[in-house]
Amino acid sequence: MASLDDLKKRIASVKSTQKITKAMKMVAAAKLRRAQESAEKGRPYSEKMNNVILNLSNGISDKENAPKLLSGTGQEKTHLCVVMTSDRGLCGGFNSNIIKKAKSYFAKILDEDKELKIITVGSKGNDQLKRVYGDKIIENISFKESKNANYFDADKVGKMVIEKFEAGEFDVCTIFYNQFKNVITQIPQAQQIIPLNNEGEENSSEESYEFEPDEDEILSNLLPKNISTQIFKAMLENSASEQGSRMSAMDNATRNAGEMVDKLTIEYNRSRQAAITKELIEIISGAESL
Amino acid sequence: MSEEFKVEIVNPEKSFLVKDDVSEVVVPAFEGEMGILKDHISIISFLKPGIIKILSKSGDENYYIEDGIVEFKNNNLSILTSTIFNLADMDKSKQQDLLKQAEEEANKTDINDQSKYLADQKVEVLKTLN
Repeated sequence: MASLDDLKKRIASVKSTQKITKAMKMVAAAKLRRAQESAEKGRPYSEKMNNVILNLSNGISDKENAPKLLSGTGQEKTHLCVVMTSDRGLCGGFNSNIIKKAKSYFAKILDEDKELKIITVGSKGNDQLKRVYGDKIIENISFKESKNANYFDADKVGKMVIEKFEAGEFDVCTIFYNQFKNVITQIPQAQQIIPLNNEGEENSSEESYEFEPDEDEILSNLLPKNISTQIFKAMLENSASEQGSRMSAMDNATRNAGEMVDKLTIEYNRSRQAAITKELIEIISGAESL
Repeated sequence: MSEEFKVEIVNPEKSFLVKDDVSEVVVPAFEGEMGILKDHISIISFLKPGIIKILSKSGDENYYIEDGIVEFKNNNLSILTSTIFNLADMDKSKQQDLLKQAEEEANKTDINDQSKYLADQKVEVLKTLN
């Protein structure tokens, strides 16, 4: 059995860990509210953007010559995967969930003998992926300096993706992120952004629009913007998910630490009692023997 | 019948402005300024750097934007833009900053004609604000 002193030290250390996790939980809760708010506020923009593009692509006259960003390059040889993770750890299964989803997708692609390229956003994803897929990672971006997800950062990623697309470096682009459902549930998502996947979505309107300038021109200007918008949306969802995930992870940790402190305290008290009893017995039996 | 319709301006971060008592909106469309009144035909168009004028009963408002898309449908005008400033909140120093940025961009040599044109537009609009 551990000595009294050891137990005391352990209790103290668990208690201080508990303090840290508690503080982290509170911070995450505060940040979560903000992140959730901005995720919700950001939704109208991406929804509207989607709508406009949907209407446009319905109205487009010449499907053959549609911009490549919409229709694809006509082949599916090289896949680019943008894996979006956090820059910080201690957020439960947040990062591993994305990575798991991404890895199963990678395996599928490699099985089909297609080429795979990876861009990681956020250092945690890079850390986990570089061991296995190190040679596939072509770019690693991290926004450690930016406090909140902002459009400027998303635009940077978007421009890079488009640049690579135009240089013919890949045919299909998929982004991986966690969709924020609520504090305890985050759903890892794989969303294909190039070519734009409109299947399954109902046509919101059959109404005809007037375009100025013509459809093709608007579309070719709009599509790159849409990429950035989608990436931005993913970033917002991700940051809300990260904080939510961290909050519940830290809540669990705090509770576990509390249980541990209780258990250790009981053990401590028992051994203290045992020591006292032992001493008493010694004294009494010493006195009796006189 | 009222002559008012609804306008909504959204940027990536949030819904910037929602107003439903608007009588006329003038937007700097790609092929020239365009005034939109109630019951305009459904239209999608692009914006170039310029000033959006919103005329309504509760007062007129002016916004400076750098890019965007307008969609008008069923008397709902949506404007999507990534950079927008209310002229009422914009002071001289902010304006000068933007102007400087735009000028730098316009003076770059390695940009294509379109971005050059857009940057020139920005400079022009910002200068007229003085």
